[in-house]
Amino acid sequence: MPKSIERQLHLIDFTVGSILRRKGKNGALLFVYALVVFILASVLFFTRSLRNEAASVLANSPEIIVQRTLTGRCQFIPIGYADSLRTIRGVLSIKPRLWGYYYDGGFGANYTIMVPLDDTMKQGTIAIGSAIAKLRKSLLGDIIPFTGYDGNAQTFTVAKIIDHESALVSADLILMSEMDYRAMSGVPSGFATDLVLTVRNPREYATIAEKITRVLPDTRPIVKSEILRTYDAVFSWRAGIVLLLFAGTVLSFFIFSFDKATGLSAEERKEIGILKAIGWETSDVLAMKFWEGLAISLMAFCLGVLFGYVHVFFGAGFLFAPVLKGWSTLYPSFSLTPNINAGDMLALFFLSVVPYTIATIAPAWRIATIDPDSVMRS
Amino acid sequence: MIKIQNVSKVFNAGRPNEFTALSTVSLGISLQDVTVFKGPSGSGKTTLLSLIGCMARPTSGRIFIDNREITSLPERFLTEIRRTTFGFIFQRFNLLAGFTALENVMAPAMPTGEKYSSLRKRSLDILGMLDLDHKADSKSEWLSGGEAQRVAIARSLINNPSIIIADEPTAHLDAKLSAEFLAIMEILKKEGKTLVIASHDPLICDSPIASRIIEIRNGEIADNSAQP
Repeated sequence: MPKSIERQLHLIDFTVGSILRRKGKNGALLFVYALVVFILASVLFFTRSLRNEAASVLANSPEIIVQRTLTGRCQFIPIGYADSLRTIRGVLSIKPRLWGYYYDGGFGANYTIMVPLDDTMKQGTIAIGSAIAKLRKSLLGDIIPFTGYDGNAQTFTVAKIIDHESALVSADLILMSEMDYRAMSGVPSGFATDLVLTVRNPREYATIAEKITRVLPDTRPIVKSEILRTYDAVFSWRAGIVLLLFAGTVLSFFIFSFDKATGLSAEERKEIGILKAIGWETSDVLAMKFWEGLAISLMAFCLGVLFGYVHVFFGAGFLFAPVLKGWSTLYPSFSLTPNINAGDMLALFFLSVVPYTIATIAPAWRIATIDPDSVMRS
Repeated sequence: MIKIQNVSKVFNAGRPNEFTALSTVSLGISLQDVTVFKGPSGSGKTTLLSLIGCMARPTSGRIFIDNREITSLPERFLTEIRRTTFGFIFQRFNLLAGFTALENVMAPAMPTGEKYSSLRKRSLDILGMLDLDHKADSKSEWLSGGEAQRVAIARSLINNPSIIIADEPTAHLDAKLSAEFLAIMEILKKEGKTLVIASHDPLICDSPIASRIIEIRNGEIADNSAQP
């Protein structure tokens, strides 16, 4: 093995011994450090995953949705409006959608009920999301009763349990036939929840949206990119709130670690003096301090990220979920799809590991460049 | 030959607490001899040892080791000389707390990149030579005064230096342990090592192993002709 590598291994060995000597102090530092990284990593994982879930939800959603409004409130839209929309150049197809929400009082959960665009569900059957199946302990062939708009119970047979790469897409989803939906919700025939448009040229979205409001003034076109932007802004805002809540902790840690890293104790100063006196070069001392800073910060980084990952993807982010998710919109509960963004991790690494490592080296450098005799005398 | 020419050392120069530890000291120290600097506390013995051992630089004057001037060398070269030429035995031993006796002995050679197994074996051999191999895995703070000093001696020998510098080596030892120390020094002398010792302990100053006694007072050579 080359001498330079052997030398580094000796220095690492010495550093590990040095860290283990002060188990209590370094353990406390590692705990607080890992806690801060855990908070930051959790927030990053959570918001990133929610954004990705949202993007996944919207990936197959129509480019333009047209809703009818009356004094700013959504109304059912007459399917006949599609004829007016077809006159707009660039519109490829128009389909009516039927969907809405259903509150299941027995389980305290909110479901999204929808009719597939191609209306493939057989009458009397439903397809349910995995979270609903889990919540109600439903299996294929089970019969589920729902209360219709008129107060009468209607029963459906579970024909399919929807599995999707994103739980958010399907967790609370129930698919049923158009006939069943109308019978249950009371939406009269000839009306839909909204109309979805496909457009030939994506660059024409804005123009077509403008034309829609001109042709049908009582409607509101919603372009997909606007929804994505809104999700993004909402989650960034929520992540900011969480970080603000923990700003005190983060700041305390930085003061604590800066103080620890930049101020050497009398014992550490003397030790550097001894090492220099017995033949260590300044570069050897700095290398040792570098390994020390790196070992602590890297370990804290790995622990923080690992626990953050477990917290968010296996523990449903129970610490921050109320702030980051909101209370009602994402129920029944679902697991986020594990997702790690390399850029986020790199930013977290450079914000945690690098400053601490540098802060550890700097004071050692000051001491290591003084004559060992002076250091040992002081 | 270690040659010291008009060496002065002033601490806190230009400040109200300025202190002259050594004043224009000149002398020559023969290699493979045992030279003892004798004098009361604060006389400048430790400062002179630090300057000879490249642990500090003189305020003025020059020091030569084997005709090579060391006072003007950059820090890196001084470290290299410290590591390869000198072995240090400090007054309070200055062992690294929390490390074992073996790790303390290995510490000076760690930056050399020597293979771990070979370094460990050499360290154990030296500890064995000083009858301390059974204490190799004991933490330095668990060692008795005599054991700690022998570990300090073992540490000073790990890089096989030609010159051993010992600062008040018997200050914290009883008569029996001091005699043991002198016995070890005698062995090292026979091996051809140069020993430079600072002490005001009569056991050392009156010892037959001392080739030359140099008395220092108030930072100046008071008498360097005394022979045991």
